[in-house]
Amino acid sequence: MSDTPANPEPRDPRVAEAIGRYWKRNLSIMAVLLVIWAAAGLGAGVLFADSLNAWSLGGIPLGFWFAQQGSIMVFVVLILVYALLLNRLDRQHHEDLAAIERGQA
Amino acid sequence: MSVQTWTFLFVGLTFGLYLVIAWLSRVSDTKGFYVAGQGIPAAANGMATAADWMSAASFISMAGIISTLGYAGGMYLMGWTGGYVLLALLLAPYLRKFGHFTVPDFIGDRYRSDTARIVAVVCAIFVSFTYVAGQMRGVGIVFSRFLEVDVNVGVYIGVAIVFVYATLGGMKGITWTQVAQYWVLITAFLTPAIAISLQYTGTAIPQIGLGSELVGQGTVLLDKLNQIHADLGFASYTEPFIGSWDKLNVFCVTMALMAGTAGLPHVIVRFYTVKNVAAARWSAFWALLFIALLYLTAPAIGAFARYAMLDGLHGKTEAQLPEWFDSWEQTGLILWLDDGDGRLAYTGTETNEIFRSGNLGTSRVAEIKQNHERWLRGDTAGRDGRAVLRQAGLSGPDRDIIVLATPEMAGLAAWIIAFVAAGGLAAALSTASGLLLVISSSVAHDLYYRIVNKEASESQRLLVGRGVIGIAVIVAGILGIYPPGFVSQVVAFAFGLAAASFFPVIVLGIFSKRVGTIPAVAGMIVGIGFTATYILGSVYGGWSDWAFGIGPQGIGVVGMVLNFAVTLGLTPFFPEPDESTQELILSIREPEGAAG
Repeated sequence: MSDTPANPEPRDPRVAEAIGRYWKRNLSIMAVLLVIWAAAGLGAGVLFADSLNAWSLGGIPLGFWFAQQGSIMVFVVLILVYALLLNRLDRQHHEDLAAIERGQA
Repeated sequence: MSVQTWTFLFVGLTFGLYLVIAWLSRVSDTKGFYVAGQGIPAAANGMATAADWMSAASFISMAGIISTLGYAGGMYLMGWTGGYVLLALLLAPYLRKFGHFTVPDFIGDRYRSDTARIVAVVCAIFVSFTYVAGQMRGVGIVFSRFLEVDVNVGVYIGVAIVFVYATLGGMKGITWTQVAQYWVLITAFLTPAIAISLQYTGTAIPQIGLGSELVGQGTVLLDKLNQIHADLGFASYTEPFIGSWDKLNVFCVTMALMAGTAGLPHVIVRFYTVKNVAAARWSAFWALLFIALLYLTAPAIGAFARYAMLDGLHGKTEAQLPEWFDSWEQTGLILWLDDGDGRLAYTGTETNEIFRSGNLGTSRVAEIKQNHERWLRGDTAGRDGRAVLRQAGLSGPDRDIIVLATPEMAGLAAWIIAFVAAGGLAAALSTASGLLLVISSSVAHDLYYRIVNKEASESQRLLVGRGVIGIAVIVAGILGIYPPGFVSQVVAFAFGLAAASFFPVIVLGIFSKRVGTIPAVAGMIVGIGFTATYILGSVYGGWSDWAFGIGPQGIGVVGMVLNFAVTLGLTPFFPEPDESTQELILSIREPEGAAG
């Protein structure tokens, strides 16, 4: 993807910068969470399930546990963390924008 | 009181409740009709999404599938819940920020193309109808099993109820009804699970019970289950990748279900019903939490019921069989064809005597039983019914029996059994109504308002919306009464199709500013075209699974990869989107106003 913004109205460069920063942070949070998502579900639950079954967790073989319990628990926590982080990031972004506006005034 | 009286009472009470809620939340504008005025609190929306998402199949069949498949059942659990993560991270907040009513609306605006919009509408309608037909059938089946009315009468009742509350309240009515339906279905699911866990392991939490020692046995449940499986010739319950479910297929089906969940139109639309983007994120969390309550319990029910089934039936004589066996034998969900020794054998080999009637009519089942009796007497005209049913692929009990009979296996009172029936109906009705609204909005909003009559007034649009939902309910009812033979299979395939068509264009539409109209439309057509052809070829054309040995359920992943490849491969050769589209993309990425 080529990311050349083509904004018709020239924005305040500091605003554009703040938005760029926000988007980058958003993408990195997303990337980390998606790696965990893949590792817990497709990794531990499927690709490595046979090897993990050598261990057991509270009477349940580990690979089997990940496929039927663990991955789901991880997924719930991931969405919770995402909501917390992103909603905080949104607030920060709005504070940044407010600061820029005050600077202009 | 008998189970039947209790069932009439519970079903009557819950249906009355749904109608009262629908009346209280009736609406008079299109915004209320399609997105509930965007005023639903996040937690309530999460509950409604959970009820919307958990269909009759999740409620009635899933624990049974896990019970039958063992480890491989996990692909449905991981696929459906993992899809929510994709939905919450990649799609929901951005589509909410975009702020229109439907997925075709997003695709049409982002790609500036009526062709793209129409392709998306057709995909949405196709996916929704295949799904809704299964729900209406589910309503009919629950009625017929618990109230002993005809399946079709059950479908009529379901149609009438959905018709009233969907046309009256639109999305608002549906959402608040679904909140009530969530409580009915989750209580109905958890109560028997807790009871059976207490009975076998003395632990009230089924998820812990799953790994606990059996009362008075000194053996852990899953070890015992594996041992019984080995003794009776079944594949191991906990070992992965046995038989046709090899690593590649489990991986592909899981992945297809994940991407398909994220692309399903009736789930995506739910994020439009909350106040703002922050609420959309919370709503996704609540939804998965409420779904996880059922999905984490289903594996426990699956394992306990498996044990109850094997331990309670194998090697028993007619007199020793538990009571629930007799009551469910009458429904044809479980059949016993004895080999003449008077002892029931439930095994994974040719000696197995436990079957189900599946799609066979009652007269055909009676005929098979009669021939079997003759064969037992040494009559040359007779035929071994076990071989006939085994060849028809009907070995083992029907998977639906697992959830439906768990309360009886756990020895619960009649009123709890009746409550499970009300739970199954709640699951089927909530999903059906959500899907019908998607069909209605696809036709009335995306086709009628955005393409046919762009000048349509608010009241005209509402009238068309109500009219379409009315027609859609009736079509769904007809599909429920005369189910096309492929319905049960197609529901599973709907995910593959959604994964191969919607998922890539929505993701690229948000995360790439470069992808233009023609590559996106080409990608959608290639993705859904390939997937649909492969599925039809496998199911009807007798194709072997020629694409790397991937079965039709998992092929949506290949379609999705093709879709991405075609779209991204063509992109450099076509112009980038115009400036106003670029602006649109930037605006959905940017968090909304501080006040929001």
